Amino acid sequence: MFALVDCNNFYASCERMFRPELNGKPVVVLSNNDGCVIARSNEAKALGITMGAPAFLFEKKFKEQEIHVFSSNYALYGDMSNRVMTLLGRYSPAMEVYSIDEAFLRFDGNKHVDLRKLGEDMRKTVTQSTGIPISVGMAPTKALAKLANKIAKKFADKTGGVHVIDTQDKLLKAIAFFRIGDVWGIGRQHEKRLKALGIETVLDFTLLPEDWVKKNLSIVGLRLQQELAGQKTLDLEPPQLKKNIAVTRSFNQNFTAFEDVKERVITFASVCSERLREQDSCCNVLQLFVHTNTFRPDQPQYNKSITIDLPFPTNSALELAHFAVDALNRIFKEGYGYKKAGVIVMELTPANAKQQQIFENSDPRHGHLMAVMDKLNKSMGQNKVLLASQDLNTRWKMKQDKLSPRYSTRMKEIITVHAK
Amino acid sequence: MEEIFSVQSLKIYRNVASQNWLTALIPAISAGFPSPAADFIDLEIDLQKEIVKNPASTFYGKVQGTSMRDVHIDDGDIIVIDKSLPCKENCIAVCFLNGDFLVKRVRYDEGGCWLVAENDQYAPIWVGQDTDFLVWGIVTNVIKFY
Repeated sequence: MFALVDCNNFYASCERMFRPELNGKPVVVLSNNDGCVIARSNEAKALGITMGAPAFLFEKKFKEQEIHVFSSNYALYGDMSNRVMTLLGRYSPAMEVYSIDEAFLRFDGNKHVDLRKLGEDMRKTVTQSTGIPISVGMAPTKALAKLANKIAKKFADKTGGVHVIDTQDKLLKAIAFFRIGDVWGIGRQHEKRLKALGIETVLDFTLLPEDWVKKNLSIVGLRLQQELAGQKTLDLEPPQLKKNIAVTRSFNQNFTAFEDVKERVITFASVCSERLREQDSCCNVLQLFVHTNTFRPDQPQYNKSITIDLPFPTNSALELAHFAVDALNRIFKEGYGYKKAGVIVMELTPANAKQQQIFENSDPRHGHLMAVMDKLNKSMGQNKVLLASQDLNTRWKMKQDKLSPRYSTRMKEIITVHAK
Repeated sequence: MEEIFSVQSLKIYRNVASQNWLTALIPAISAGFPSPAADFIDLEIDLQKEIVKNPASTFYGKVQGTSMRDVHIDDGDIIVIDKSLPCKENCIAVCFLNGDFLVKRVRYDEGGCWLVAENDQYAPIWVGQDTDFLVWGIVTNVIKFY
């Protein structure tokens, strides 16, 4: 059996945990730079705040409806996620952390374990220990565990946040209830195609001939069909190193000057390099994109991306910054107001498996320099040591007007407890 | 790296560090009587490990006020709060009441509980069934800075 455990409205729940007066009140969390809504409490959902809603369009509504707005506080969410995952890890040695707020657990062997009780115990433990409410779905396959989780959450009044699909009857009920579009891993295209054929529910999908599914939706679609019919084809996946790393941000204003965009691009490349070093990888390909403000169709629009093969694998901030600027030189056009840019590094290879090239190589001295830079930044706080081409003043600070304290990771920002 | 040879774009390097290969090996050569202390080498004292029994559920709070003076929880102290522990009779807890985190001793009584201060200048607070109230966590330690 598999369990899919996920945290309810995770970011909003993290904020509420340290602000209990917000329980039962609408809460939203905004993306980097306070761009758009990325998390909502149930109350905010009920008020019609949609996922991805641009914050500036909703500012008035936030005020009028007394919605509590937070900038995203990844230091807090990351720490709370670790805590939740640590607690879940006690229930099974077989666990796959699927995202910051979701994990699959596998339960082997003993058929006499009362899974429902186990799920209730998980909920109680995690909620009491961390203040984060969770939902638990259990089923014989991962795809069905996802559906079970949806049922647990959707009908929380009835299920108490735990749903177990452990009989044929419950399986049929679940797959007859869900639309094909609700399923994990069905792309928009496939959804359209299936709908055109009159396939509405998951049940309809499972009844399609296997040959047809394999031919039209590939082996991946076939596996999914088998999973949804209760036949296990997917197992937990071992933790993988990231296959690519992206650092993309909206700017807090429009930039028209090359120098301004260049500074940002260098910073993004530098952050990419830091993440590469964290997982001991080098990248072989770098992609850069820039675009103008898509929310302002009245202004001239320009979107461009460029992908360059690097002459050698590297994770040096200096070298990546150099290549990123090179890329920017090739796509930057005067006369536009740029609102967003991003650096994405791809084709990652282990740092220790670097193949020496004959003509060009990553400068080996950078390795030592980067190690020192990482160490200093770690001990003295982020961004104490930067490339000289990065801007040192706070002009570029992310827009985070509503950032909450890092209650659980910084001594100076812990909660105040009154003795009165 | 030290450049030793260079023709146009071809450069050959010798790794300077590798000259020290002999000295690098020396610590591995063992001779004579082994240190009698080797078996008794201990890790340093890890306060975090002593104080925090459940890291996943432990949080910290800074104390403001004097109502817990008699149990030596003073203004400016840091309290260690474990959320996973049950709120037993008489335990010292961080509660959430009327928009504030409060540190109090919890005493159960019929139909509710008393939040008791440890300083006779503060009256106990009665918390009935319909008060909006939450036990946020249990205080396990106090850290003082003299």
